[in-house]
Amino acid sequence: MSRLVAWAIFLLGCLYFLLPLLGMGEFSLRMRRGEYSLDAYRVVFADPRFWETFGYSLGLAAATIVMGVVLVVPTAYWVRLKLPQARPFVEFVTLLPLVIPAIVVVFGYIRLYNTSSFLPLTGSALGTDILLTMGYTTLALPYMYRSVDTGLRTIDVTTLTEAAQSLGAGWFTILARIILPNVMVAVLSGAFLTLAIVMGEFTMAALLNRPAFGPYMQLLGANRAYEPPALAVIAFAITWGCMGLMQLVTRFSKHERAKA
Amino acid sequence: MSYLNLSHLEKVFGQNRVVKDFTLGIDKGEFISLLGPSGCGKTTVLRMVAGFEAPTSGAITIDGQDVTGLKPNNRAIGMMFQAYALFPNLTVAENVAFGLKVKGVARDERAARVEEMLALIGLPEMGARFPFQLSGGQQQRVALARALAPRPRVLLLDEPLSALDAKVRVSLRNEIRAIQKDLGITTIFVTHDQEEAMSISDRIVVMNAGIADQVGAPFEIYNRPTTRFVANFVGTLNTFDVSVEDPGLGRVSLAGQPLTVPGLPDGARKGDVLPIALRPEALRLGQLPGAEAVLPAVIEDVHFMGSVIRLTARAAGAQLSMDTFNRADQPPPVPGQTVEISLSGRDAIVLRG
Amino acid sequence: MPTAPKGPRLRLPAGLPVAWLGLLPFAAFAVLFLILPTMKIVLGAFQAPDGSFTFQNLLDLNTDSIRSAYWTSIKLSFMTALLGCAIGFGMAAAVVFGGLPKAIRGPLLTFSGVASNFAGVPLAFAFIATLGPVGLITLWLRNEFGINLRALGFNLLSYWGLVITYLFFQIPLMILIITPALDGLKKEWREAAAVLGATGAQYWRMVALPILFPSLLGTFALLFANAFGAVATAFALTGPQLNIVPIKLFAQIRGDVLGNPNLGYALAFGMIVITALANFLYIWLRLRSERWMK
Repeated sequence: MSRLVAWAIFLLGCLYFLLPLLGMGEFSLRMRRGEYSLDAYRVVFADPRFWETFGYSLGLAAATIVMGVVLVVPTAYWVRLKLPQARPFVEFVTLLPLVIPAIVVVFGYIRLYNTSSFLPLTGSALGTDILLTMGYTTLALPYMYRSVDTGLRTIDVTTLTEAAQSLGAGWFTILARIILPNVMVAVLSGAFLTLAIVMGEFTMAALLNRPAFGPYMQLLGANRAYEPPALAVIAFAITWGCMGLMQLVTRFSKHERAKA
Repeated sequence: MSYLNLSHLEKVFGQNRVVKDFTLGIDKGEFISLLGPSGCGKTTVLRMVAGFEAPTSGAITIDGQDVTGLKPNNRAIGMMFQAYALFPNLTVAENVAFGLKVKGVARDERAARVEEMLALIGLPEMGARFPFQLSGGQQQRVALARALAPRPRVLLLDEPLSALDAKVRVSLRNEIRAIQKDLGITTIFVTHDQEEAMSISDRIVVMNAGIADQVGAPFEIYNRPTTRFVANFVGTLNTFDVSVEDPGLGRVSLAGQPLTVPGLPDGARKGDVLPIALRPEALRLGQLPGAEAVLPAVIEDVHFMGSVIRLTARAAGAQLSMDTFNRADQPPPVPGQTVEISLSGRDAIVLRG
Repeated sequence: MPTAPKGPRLRLPAGLPVAWLGLLPFAAFAVLFLILPTMKIVLGAFQAPDGSFTFQNLLDLNTDSIRSAYWTSIKLSFMTALLGCAIGFGMAAAVVFGGLPKAIRGPLLTFSGVASNFAGVPLAFAFIATLGPVGLITLWLRNEFGINLRALGFNLLSYWGLVITYLFFQIPLMILIITPALDGLKKEWREAAAVLGATGAQYWRMVALPILFPSLLGTFALLFANAFGAVATAFALTGPQLNIVPIKLFAQIRGDVLGNPNLGYALAFGMIVITALANFLYIWLRLRSERWMK
């Protein structure tokens, strides 16, 4: 490929990606007639529901991350250590959420866990929150599992386990004190990705009727003109922040390894 | 005019002159090795012949045709790479047929040529396999067949043996040489392994810092190196300082003992101190009749290597290394033992530069 | 799939059930929150309101409105996956092979990570602010050049508007997945092909593309499913009236707009069938194309 064509493709691509960002940034400043101002942001930040939904989603993200770590780290570890023959099955399951649309999964939740079912989770706010956390965990599962499994590949799981066992450590100690710290970078990068996914998620939260950030943004978008692009800028900043932190932990760990 | 001519090749990367005024003529059917440490420019020369790098200046001709500006795919050359570089998605037979297929050779002719090539490399049954099912040595043989199938004018070998086990390396290099002689194909072989270069080449080009230091047959390079770099890079050397007694007759003295050496430099005068070098096999253990000088030496180390025993000793202020043949009735000396070493001036290499 | 190493398996017979117990939490989670809900949909699609078995729900999908929803969804997903793959491939290839400065690569991958996750509601806002009726580009074209996008037939809240919007997360996803695959193409393959007389096009057709084929196909299937199941972007962009399957299903779950709960199951079942088909097609083609892999 000639260098000129390469540059042309690349710059056209950049234009496509930069214009919408520019557009939302510019639009979000247009609230005051005739001049640019931060009014839209002021209005958004003054809205108590912004903070409520933001906080709610943040809380759910934390719960999802904890759930994801508790579920994925022991499983990926166990598959590497004892059950390599279960790998195809486990990998298949972790990839299912990429194939089955989230809206179908949440539809199943609503019908399966309704008030008259064996596990009436949708009957209470707490139950629905738990259900939503589980839903988010499935959404994050492909990324979390892949990240942790890759992390485990770089350490010698069998030797570490045998060394810990010879020193008298039990399974919980091995997982919490040996394995987890060794795959911390992978866990963290999975966690930041989870955070980015949960903060912007709309479908599951909307259909389960929970006051999350995604439905709040959608509601505002249907009724206002200048606040939505301001929200988009904020959401973009959050995503950017999550990805930046992901890069940071990865890079930091590389330096650590290089030093060692 | 030689078959393959490299004239005044220069290659500059940024501030770095990697190849400097490189000129070489290679005859048809000749096997030439470019030998040198990494970074000496040997691979760059090869890549310029292949067409992957454009020379900053200079020209390359093959069989009278100037190929300097041609793209690699128009040069009709064959190449083997260090990493096996077989196409993983094609079978062995498809790999070998690749060059014929892109040339538009008919299917039947292609199949016949592939069969011929696979027989040539001794893998006639492997055509249907994929590269990952072969050992490293087998893969490199297939790479050779692939390179030769379109009947290239020149064969380029870019350290094709360096990724292989020691044993496979030796057998494959002999096989490559046999096939090359058989087909009479002009070949350039790049290596950093002097033993490899000496065992299979018609001529060797020893390269240092982008310059061809010396060009010659292996025997010549080894026995009459013209620069200190060549002497050191090819084989092991023991160097001694001698003082000139009579420049006209080549007489010098080493630790008070007179020696006659060949080829003292023209400007040498009586009293000058010069370095001379002796190969390990030019030093003999014990007092040998006919030797010009006998030096007392203290054994420092003994390496028993089977048919040969390599001794490290100190004599006349220099550490030296010498080889002696194993003899069942004569145990080798032990470290700390004082021995005598015989040597003659005619074996000495007088070093310049 | 490679079989498990023989060593540990020989030791297992007595300990096998115990070792499998370690998977219990994961299996329980998968069954409760992935498999059972999906099964519920699948079974529901074949049940009459009284619980008896029927094909009626699937047959009832055959209305103009639902057919056209599926058709639009498939077209939309196919088109955005195709364009996403092509453009993403072009950009990744430009960076990997095009001789662009090395410094571009890191930021491009980071940005792709961000953009591929910047989907849903805020993405719709960004495009409304740019190409909507009073968006940045719309106004700019109108004021500076007198070009009226709407008069030219462009409408962000249409099929092509959705395509342009979806590409914002489809292209970066492709870049993220294909860049490592392009890195995996060895320089020696290209050089070996060149000295054997192959042109650049022949090298791509006979060597590089066959090697990349599984990755390309897998990414295509992933992008297809990604677009097919996307609700939030379309919903925030156009509201509930756009006739694509996920929006229809969304409205059905919220308010039973179809007037038949079991028709909702059938609608969702259809989505599963289509994404599953796309993926099985991928797996099947991949198995065929990977004979040469370990």
